[in-house]
Amino acid sequence: MVEINNISKNYGKVKALDNVSFTVNTGELFGLIGPDGAGKTSLLRIITTLILANSGSVKVFGLDVVKDYKKIRNITGYMPGKFSLYQDLSVEENLSFFASVFGTTIQENYHLIKDIYVQIEPFKTRPAGKLSGGMKQKLALSCALIHKPEILVLDEPTTGVDAVSRKEFWAMLKNLKKIGITIIVSTPYMDEAALCDRVALIQQGKILDLDSPEGIINRNIQEIFEVSAKDMYRLKNDISSYENTQSVFLFGRVLHYSPKNESSAKDLEEYLKNKGHLNLKIEKGSPGIEDCFMKLMNTNG
Amino acid sequence: MRTIFYILQKELIQVFRNKTMLPIIFILPIAQLIILVNAANMEMKRIRLHVVDNDLSSTSRELVSKFEGAPFFEITGFSFSEKYADNQLLTENSDAVIIIPKGFERELTKGNNTALQIRINAINGMVAGLINGYSGQIIANYSLEKQKGKGGNSVKPGGVVDISYSFWYNPDLNYKIYMVPGMLVLLVTIIGMFLTAINIVREKEMGTIEQINVTPIKKYQFIIGKMIPFWIIAMFELVFGLIIGKLLFDIPIQGNLFVLFSIAGLYLIVALGFGLFISTTANTQQQVMFVSFFFLLLFILMSGLFTPTDSMPYWAQQVNVINPIAVFLEVVRMILLKGSGYSDLIPQIIHLTIYAVIIMSLAVMRYRKTGA
Repeated sequence: MVEINNISKNYGKVKALDNVSFTVNTGELFGLIGPDGAGKTSLLRIITTLILANSGSVKVFGLDVVKDYKKIRNITGYMPGKFSLYQDLSVEENLSFFASVFGTTIQENYHLIKDIYVQIEPFKTRPAGKLSGGMKQKLALSCALIHKPEILVLDEPTTGVDAVSRKEFWAMLKNLKKIGITIIVSTPYMDEAALCDRVALIQQGKILDLDSPEGIINRNIQEIFEVSAKDMYRLKNDISSYENTQSVFLFGRVLHYSPKNESSAKDLEEYLKNKGHLNLKIEKGSPGIEDCFMKLMNTNG
Repeated sequence: MRTIFYILQKELIQVFRNKTMLPIIFILPIAQLIILVNAANMEMKRIRLHVVDNDLSSTSRELVSKFEGAPFFEITGFSFSEKYADNQLLTENSDAVIIIPKGFERELTKGNNTALQIRINAINGMVAGLINGYSGQIIANYSLEKQKGKGGNSVKPGGVVDISYSFWYNPDLNYKIYMVPGMLVLLVTIIGMFLTAINIVREKEMGTIEQINVTPIKKYQFIIGKMIPFWIIAMFELVFGLIIGKLLFDIPIQGNLFVLFSIAGLYLIVALGFGLFISTTANTQQQVMFVSFFFLLLFILMSGLFTPTDSMPYWAQQVNVINPIAVFLEVVRMILLKGSGYSDLIPQIIHLTIYAVIIMSLAVMRYRKTGA
């Protein structure tokens, strides 16, 4: 269990984290979702004892990040956002080095990393710097797991990784969760939020909302309409000035529109047709985390 | 203890896998010793001398022939015009001009004092000093000969103090014997200070320090694990450099080598500590380079490698207390050339010990602050 209490962190005048509090349960796959610069990395670095908060406290399995940082380092696996293994050491040398400094061996905990490591094992004599992005990430995960941590902290592990590898990676995390490892993962990708048990939406150092992905969606968004027309720019402006609009934003090639009050698509269609839009299409869509994020950002920002 | 061993193992793999490292370890010392010891030679040969002999007497010709006979001088021309002679200096056709006045012989035979003039191109002050020294010596010897009456046109003999020289610890004043120990010191310093600093900062630059910081590795384990490889490499360089010096330049090894290596080991703690200290002030290898250059240049030029520290102004000699290269250079020369033992080197050993303690604690303190 990770308890975060009233954490604030400043870099000079910049407030990276502003009085953040939440709890991650044991055995949970917890997602920290937010755009770049939201404060995700700072929070993870505080949890992993790499930096100190200006105020507040964090307890990892009952251990204080300031007082018991040595003990925490023994039970934590951390994968930084930037690849930070030794590029000039081979895959195997990296792994055995990190195993040995934790006082263990590859053999001892091989079962933990087996599923991941078999994929990079054919390249075990290759220098880590010469691996592809996806393989680097698998090696980094292996190194973070080799000492059998109780909690795994991953900072944007899927940034810059192709769609297939991303999918594989999340499947691996699900497996690790099954063994009972608590996982905190940060990501800027909203679609990955749905794969977590619970997520915290974070922006400008503040937690906007925290719940299971379904909970967040149900609480914030009643319904969503996907609207498109020939002139998307004018369409967006017109919907923005529509009286029953809660939020509207561009989502791929369509606009996501959520109404203030329960209403049928008919009213909107009428309104837009009067405005003279061509090729108008309105369909009911399924709301996602991104819709919630945009809405929360608008109401909080 | 085991952790230190693992870090050490990792470091050594990395050092020897680094393709630029091996050439640095082996070629740098050979190149430095061979090129610099031969090139950074302060003996002047073939000083180009222009002669303006206004006297044209046998005495003046005799004096000029003394210059001709000396191995350092080469007469490039004669003239009777000072203007022409000055022009020779200006156009860099001559390094010096000697002007013998009219009546030079007459005054001498009368037993009077007389004077002559030497004009030296002093663009390079060091060269000018040497030319001045050499020509002064030749003229002094000549006038001594005259006074003693050995010369053809003898003057009245008088009581004369004859000086005989004996250069101890370097009887032939062999410049190489003086330079090689200095080069050895530079070598181990550069390896120790520079490579340590660069190596540690590289971990910061690559972000690997982040991964190290989340492991239970303690700071002191990390620092020791980082320093031992470079300590060993620098010690190896010293042995390697000594062998080259012995084989190529036949430098004397008067003292006990064990004394040399033990004090070198102590000195390297200072050099490595300096490297560690620099690494705590920098975030990139580029910054390390600039900061190291700043210190190395200062330390080397003030070390007494090229110019004796005794000729520096008093305040500079005081400042030199913080110059570890100066202390170790003295130690190496004393052991190799003079055969000094521990008892002769107590002040230097104390100096280096205090230095090692101060710089290491400074470095470790700073390292803690920036680390976690």
